[in-house]
Order: sequence, then structure tokens, then C-alpha cells
Amino acid sequence: MLQPDKTSDNELRFTFASNSMAARAMLHTAISGLRYLDLSDEDSGTIELVLAEAVNNIVEHAYPTNPNGMIRLQITPMENGLLCALSDNGCPMPVGVMTKEHRASLNCDVENLPEGGFGLFLINGLTHGLSYTRKGDMNQLSFLIPVTLPQLNKQFGETIEMPQRCRKRSSPRTD
Amino acid sequence: MSLDTETRSDALIVTANMERIDAAIAIQFKDDMRAATEGGHTRVVLDLKNVSFIDSSGLGAVVAAMKLLAPKQELELAGLTQIVEKVFRLTRMDRVFTIHENSDAAFEDIVHSS
Repeated sequence: MLQPDKTSDNELRFTFASNSMAARAMLHTAISGLRYLDLSDEDSGTIELVLAEAVNNIVEHAYPTNPNGMIRLQITPMENGLLCALSDNGCPMPVGVMTKEHRASLNCDVENLPEGGFGLFLINGLTHGLSYTRKGDMNQLSFLIPVTLPQLNKQFGETIEMPQRCRKRSSPRTD
Repeated sequence: MSLDTETRSDALIVTANMERIDAAIAIQFKDDMRAATEGGHTRVVLDLKNVSFIDSSGLGAVVAAMKLLAPKQELELAGLTQIVEKVFRLTRMDRVFTIHENSDAAFEDIVHSS
């Protein structure tokens, strides 16, 4: 299972309830919290999609009847992408769900087209190192979303000189 | 309303007004689509230009809408934005739907007489 570097202090952590509205709010906050990384629109979209699918999976399988179950998400920006770890104490993931390639066969009549099962396929295709374990009464899911992080090499608290952008403002903000 | 409709050359254009078609809204979207497309138009063009995010639940709802209309009616798509286009492409659903760059393009080969 992928582990973050223990000296990292730039991780984002969220705890939220197992329902789709809470998931939306968390995603909004998470994407906003990652903006300092200067992600491209495409990468930002990929991250949002992967996290949405992973959380949908937990809501559906771990908390099928409980909209107030606890889900925890930790995102650690690393050199090669975002390391994401999700945990919950809901029902165990059904055996085989995490390993099956849910790629829909589309060579069929319209009436037989699948309406589901795409979520895991998307997660598999957009992440590395997808791993699920059950520890006691907890589910743990982790994966890396490979994205380019141009801002990552800056360490917090290291620079002494005041950055140019912080010097006296010439005009007020317009946001 | 979450879906606006207009007719054009005997086709129905349904414009989705929501920013996201995701797990929170997928079931409602399916129901709204069913109501909006009850008119029996042979061609239904779903304009997704306002939709900036779709997940697999939303994709499933769009597929369900298409299945409901088939075989007598066809559901086409228009105005796919970045993430939406990516989801349809990665799942290969872009091969199942006729997709137009925008809803005008869906009518380009129809000659209008003034």
C-alpha cells in the first residue's frame, strides 16, 4: 500500500458524511484546497472525477443504508502526483469488486447497454497503485493520481525574503 | 427548471441547466429527462454545454435516458465540456452516442428556407 513520506506537512484532510450532498461539498473544498498547486484544468478535472468515483463507491458499498456514516479522505501531494487515502467504518467491500475490470462491453443492442459499473473502471484507468484493505472494522482504499505538480518543490516556511507578490499592493482585489 | 426544451426542425433540443450531473442528482435527471422527452420527437438533442462535471452516475442516467427513447427515438449529445468529454471517451460511450460540438452543429445539414 502506498505510504506518504512521513515528513510531509502539506496533506489535506477531510471528514465527511456518506451522502452525495456531503460528497459534493467535500469535493468542492478539496479542489479549492489544491488550487495552490497550479494544476491544469484537465488535471483538476481528473482529480475531481477520481475522488467522486471513489467516494460514490464507498457510499454505495460501505454505507448502503446510512447517509451519516463517516468517511475520511487524506490527500498528500507528492512528486509524481496526489496520494489519496480513504477510510470508512462501513460494510466490507464485496470480494472481487476491487479487482474486476468493469469495462463495459458495448457490442450489444441499445437496450442491453450497461447503466452502471463504470465507476471502478474510471478509477482504475486514472490511478496507479489502487489498493484496498480491511483492517478491523475499517475499509482502507488508497491510490495515486498521477498529475504534474509544478508548485510542489516549494517548501513551506523556508523562504525568508518577502516575495514580490506580497509587497505593497497597487490596486485592490476584484474577487 | 433543470431542463429547458425547444423544438427545431421537428427535433427536440433539451438543454441541461445544472452544472453537475452526479450521484446527488442522477435519479432526478433521469426523471426530468423522461418528462421532457414525452413528446415523441424522433430526434432528441441533449445540450450539455452548461454541464461542467459528470461522473459515472450521471453517465448512467444519460444512458438510461437513451434507452428509454430507443428504438423509436434517438438521443444525441451536444456541447460536451472537458470533463464530460473525457468521461464519455474513457468509457467508450462516445462511440455509442452521436455527439455534436454544439446544438447548432446538430442541424447543419438541414437547409432553412427564409
